Amino acid sequence: MSASLVIAGREFRSRLIIGTGKYKTYEENARAAEAAGAEMVTVAVRRVNLTDRDKPMLVDFLDPKKYVYLPNTAGCFTADDAIRTLRLAREAGGWSLVKLEVLADQKTLYPEMEETLKAAKLLIKDGFEVMVYCSDDPVYARKLEDAGCAAIMPLGSLIGSGLGILNPVNIRLIVEQSKVPVIVDAGVGTASDAAVAMELGCDGVLMNTAIAEAKDPILMASAMKHAVIAGREAYLAGRMAKKRYADPSSPLAGLI
Amino acid sequence: MDVRDVELIINGESARYDGLRTVSDLVAALGLEPKKLAVELNRAIVPKSAYGATPLSNGDTLEIVHFVGGG
Repeated sequence: MSASLVIAGREFRSRLIIGTGKYKTYEENARAAEAAGAEMVTVAVRRVNLTDRDKPMLVDFLDPKKYVYLPNTAGCFTADDAIRTLRLAREAGGWSLVKLEVLADQKTLYPEMEETLKAAKLLIKDGFEVMVYCSDDPVYARKLEDAGCAAIMPLGSLIGSGLGILNPVNIRLIVEQSKVPVIVDAGVGTASDAAVAMELGCDGVLMNTAIAEAKDPILMASAMKHAVIAGREAYLAGRMAKKRYADPSSPLAGLI
Repeated sequence: MDVRDVELIINGESARYDGLRTVSDLVAALGLEPKKLAVELNRAIVPKSAYGATPLSNGDTLEIVHFVGGG
């Protein structure tokens, strides 16, 4: 099994993708990215502030030559808005690997799967490589893969909730059926959640709030790096079978 | 070469600009770094390579975007 994560022909050594929102400063964000060992960061596309041009710029802290920028469509509630946003992102950044997310409502930010699938098909036709944020519904995950998505990214739980992997059975079903990378996106709250995702056989984890809103984001970024590696190794090692009763680890023979 | 005042709606804000002929002029006038942004003129993306050749007209609506932190 490949030691690196391959998405749309690009090879990554790190299986941890981090967001760049909610940090106190871009400087803290940059240190967290370093501590996480991340090679890819998600970014948003927004209007340039024309009145205050002295505001710090993301690109001055997280070098796009060092980190692969993964433009997202956060805040888009229709396929049209998401496509418009990503076309602008492609022009701004000059690359076609993107994170598609079409959301259903403000309260849950749950993926609007009908619009997501529609947008994915149009974007792929337009030459984009689409990593897609989606529900943990294996049927829709399959449709997205069939449409040609480069990575399937089901939620562990709601964006920013930190509730962890609420439906490990579905995540596992998606992992088993998918030929493209499966990356849990959203819901991770702490290191064990990331490890659980990886132990289920996911190819990576994408998170933002779990690191940004930790009391010490840099230390949490480091914890997440280790959790993703630990979870991956545990998955590859193959866990022992669960048993209902004790099974002594010391030999029974030779007891005094 | 026609140099004149134009009324533009940029990022939702309407303003008058003096002596702008092209998107390239506008980007320069706003003090922006072309490398880091994307421009949409009346809902159509203007490729960076076409900034100098894309004229601006009165009433044009532009979106100028860039990357910011996001999850």
